[in-house]
Amino acid sequence: MRDLLSVDDLDRAAIEDLLDLGDDFVEVLGRDVPKVPALRGKTIGLMFYEPSTRTRLSFDRAAKALSADVLTFTVGGSSVSKGESLKDTALTLKAMGPHLMVVRHRATGAPWRVRDWTALPVVNAGDGAHQHPTQALLDLLTLRRHFGKVDGLRVAIVGDIRHSRVARSLAGSLQTMGSSVTLVAPSTLLPIHVESWEVDTAGGIDQVLGEVDVVYLLRIQTERGGGEVFPSVAEYVSRFGLTRRRADLLPADSVVMHPGPMNRGVEIDPQVADGPRALVTHQVSNGIAVRMAVLFRLLTSEVPE
Amino acid sequence: MHRIPRSCLGGLVPQVMTADDLDRAIRRISHEIVERHHGTEGIVLVGIHSRGVPLAEQIAGAIESFEAVKVPVGELDIGLYRDDLASRPTTRLGRTLIPVDLSGETVVLVDDVLYTGRTIRSALDAVLDLGRPKRVELAVMCDRGHRELPIRPDYVGKNLPTSEDQKVKVRIKGIDEEAGVWISDGDGSDA
Amino acid sequence: MRYLITGGSVLTESGPEDVDVEFVDGSVTRLEAGIQPDEHQVIDATDSWVGPGFFDLHTHLREPGQEWKEDIASGMAAAIAGGFTSVVAMPNTDPVIDAGHLARQITRHEPIRVIPSGAVTLGQEGTQLAHLDDLWAAGVRLFTDDGYTVADAGLLRRAMEYVAQLGGLVAQHAEDPGLCRNGHMHEGSVSSRLGITGLPAAGEEVIIARDLKLVELTGCRYHIQHASTAATVELIRSAKHAGLPVTAEVTPHHLMLDHREVESMDPVYKMYPPLRTPDDVDALRAALVDGTIDAVGTDHAPHAAFEKDVTFEEAPRGIVGLETAASIVRAAVELDQTSFFERMAIAPGGVLGEAAGPIVVGSSDLVVFDPEAEWTFDRPRSKSANSPWLNQRLKGTVTQVFTRSGLVSTDEEGES
Repeated sequence: MRDLLSVDDLDRAAIEDLLDLGDDFVEVLGRDVPKVPALRGKTIGLMFYEPSTRTRLSFDRAAKALSADVLTFTVGGSSVSKGESLKDTALTLKAMGPHLMVVRHRATGAPWRVRDWTALPVVNAGDGAHQHPTQALLDLLTLRRHFGKVDGLRVAIVGDIRHSRVARSLAGSLQTMGSSVTLVAPSTLLPIHVESWEVDTAGGIDQVLGEVDVVYLLRIQTERGGGEVFPSVAEYVSRFGLTRRRADLLPADSVVMHPGPMNRGVEIDPQVADGPRALVTHQVSNGIAVRMAVLFRLLTSEVPE
Repeated sequence: MHRIPRSCLGGLVPQVMTADDLDRAIRRISHEIVERHHGTEGIVLVGIHSRGVPLAEQIAGAIESFEAVKVPVGELDIGLYRDDLASRPTTRLGRTLIPVDLSGETVVLVDDVLYTGRTIRSALDAVLDLGRPKRVELAVMCDRGHRELPIRPDYVGKNLPTSEDQKVKVRIKGIDEEAGVWISDGDGSDA
Repeated sequence: MRYLITGGSVLTESGPEDVDVEFVDGSVTRLEAGIQPDEHQVIDATDSWVGPGFFDLHTHLREPGQEWKEDIASGMAAAIAGGFTSVVAMPNTDPVIDAGHLARQITRHEPIRVIPSGAVTLGQEGTQLAHLDDLWAAGVRLFTDDGYTVADAGLLRRAMEYVAQLGGLVAQHAEDPGLCRNGHMHEGSVSSRLGITGLPAAGEEVIIARDLKLVELTGCRYHIQHASTAATVELIRSAKHAGLPVTAEVTPHHLMLDHREVESMDPVYKMYPPLRTPDDVDALRAALVDGTIDAVGTDHAPHAAFEKDVTFEEAPRGIVGLETAASIVRAAVELDQTSFFERMAIAPGGVLGEAAGPIVVGSSDLVVFDPEAEWTFDRPRSKSANSPWLNQRLKGTVTQVFTRSGLVSTDEEGES
């Protein structure tokens, strides 16, 4: 493995390998000195073209826990178009000597472009509404640590799936792992040509509550809620919000996940978000471990493909 | 008892220690450890994956048999501390499990073969990241020489003069079919 | 200079004939078998097709305003390399060609013809009519806001009424702004997987369906630019059946490529209209063969390398097309010599009311095209090289181009 760009590049064995390593790194992160010298002397470039504090911090923490050095380049969302081109920035950063690039960009395919320009290994930290493979891996790790397996789990992904790289990565990797996926959203937020996804869909969260192991909620952009893609936030909540009443109807051992940041009171009730079913904080800590696994695997692989 | 297991070791290879030799060496090392420290107080045995772990357990078992004290045994995977990760990728990391707080204790690292010393260097780093022991010692079943770092063992089962292109194979009761130590001609790496 | 083209299959008024062509002082002087060389430069056109120079209804020359992408001189060089002797320059330059003096500025007669088109609306802003009379007086016959759609039906109706009275035609780049907002590629299974906002086929079709009603209402001649969907083909077919004054063009790339190319996320495959589905490609090919689509229009859209060396969504739209058009059309559809020149030269000229036709004594624009010879597109004459066929081996080679200026191009490499 040379790059991690899309979950489509990972077969089941490759995912299992990264989750196994992720488990090992969960143990490392629990040590008195939660730091190992595995990537000492390596430098990791972080190119973040979107405001994304949590993902950037998670990669930063993962790199440092492996004793790698970090070069960070961040741009606020609005000033991107005024700055130099992505290519020039990538080549500038490359000249500073990183061994691997982590790329987050609002446009689909940006990490592939950076790989082609720099010839460095690249980790996709989120491109457009396309892919976010480390998010999918951390969710799979969280599920596997909780349930002991991923195979056979029934997962409902609820929210703005059409514009979500999290949903694309997660749905694809869950299918690879043998889980069943149901997409739950108003039609305007389901993917175009959803039939090509080969998943079930539902037009209301009530339809899936009784028969899921995992409810995975996506952030609803309330700024999008001004009548463009659904009539109002209140109407969205009435059909798709995970309220307390609805959470009570979930099977006893089911869990609730969210990639963050959460809109409490919109897609998720505040008490459900903080309740015993919620695995949200596990997702965050497992995110560091799984990113350590990815960085470790990519930077200690013997033969570039 | 001295049958040479060609099938698993591939070729005619001289056996230099039998299973009984191994047991005797383990008992001797156990006595030396207890003797040097006037007892078992504060001693933690830490086996290095993979064959150091059963060796450490066997040493602990021997100590228990004559001292009636169960010395704590930990296991250590040094995969993340190796200095050759780029050229020898790890497939799966082993478990690192230290059952007690190492601070102020005497750690005895246990491994099967001492060769260049690089594994022990990694293990020292790993142990020091896990706590602050008062002292760290080293017990190995075979010392085959060719050190590349200033590291020496405190307890040795057998000194084995070898050339660099030979291989030393240690097989341990509990995880291998037949216990013993063999030397074979090979590419120099121990297996 | 006196030229004698021998051994080729010449498209004459009675179809392809094995005759020799004498070309002296900018026009054909004799057209008969067995002309004896007499101080002629002899051009051996054995195995080649000889016919009227290609005519492109849809070229972006970028001058004035974006000369780093292309200028009129480099655009003409690219056109000649592709066998084109006339090109219609699109008005989306900077400034927009929305008045007569601007149209005159880009008009050329030699070595090939550059025919200006004019904007329908001032500055292509879609709010007020451009200086249509002034443009007409400067020789503009085709009016279009290409690059944008005239979205306001009332405004388009008035433009059509006005242009109809002048005797010109309105051409539409059909892309409904509401349906296509933020779109970057064909809306379908590929866009769904890539998470890229799509341009639905309906975004093109609703505009054309609406415009055809306006054609009925106004009687204005109407030309559909770069048709890209199967349903568009059906709309054209039924409009023609109903006797409406409608013509249509298709680009070489829409005949050859489909949206699966975008899976590579390579910006070279970004163009508007976007690459559609394989079914659309099949429908377009059939329509060009049966004449439902009248003409090939290249939509030659040069962009500098640095502009395309970005992400797909950030990339500008379009590919260069003049130099490869004949080869790609040849590869995409099975056309005999007569049909090939009909779609590449005669029909497009006819859309503009030009007397483009087979080779006769007096013809000036002439191309020699070897339909079997291979060549490599590795030295673009255009300033830009944004083509999926760059450095690829292509079949169908333009070997000579003649215009009123004489022999304007010779394939120096020969048939390699």
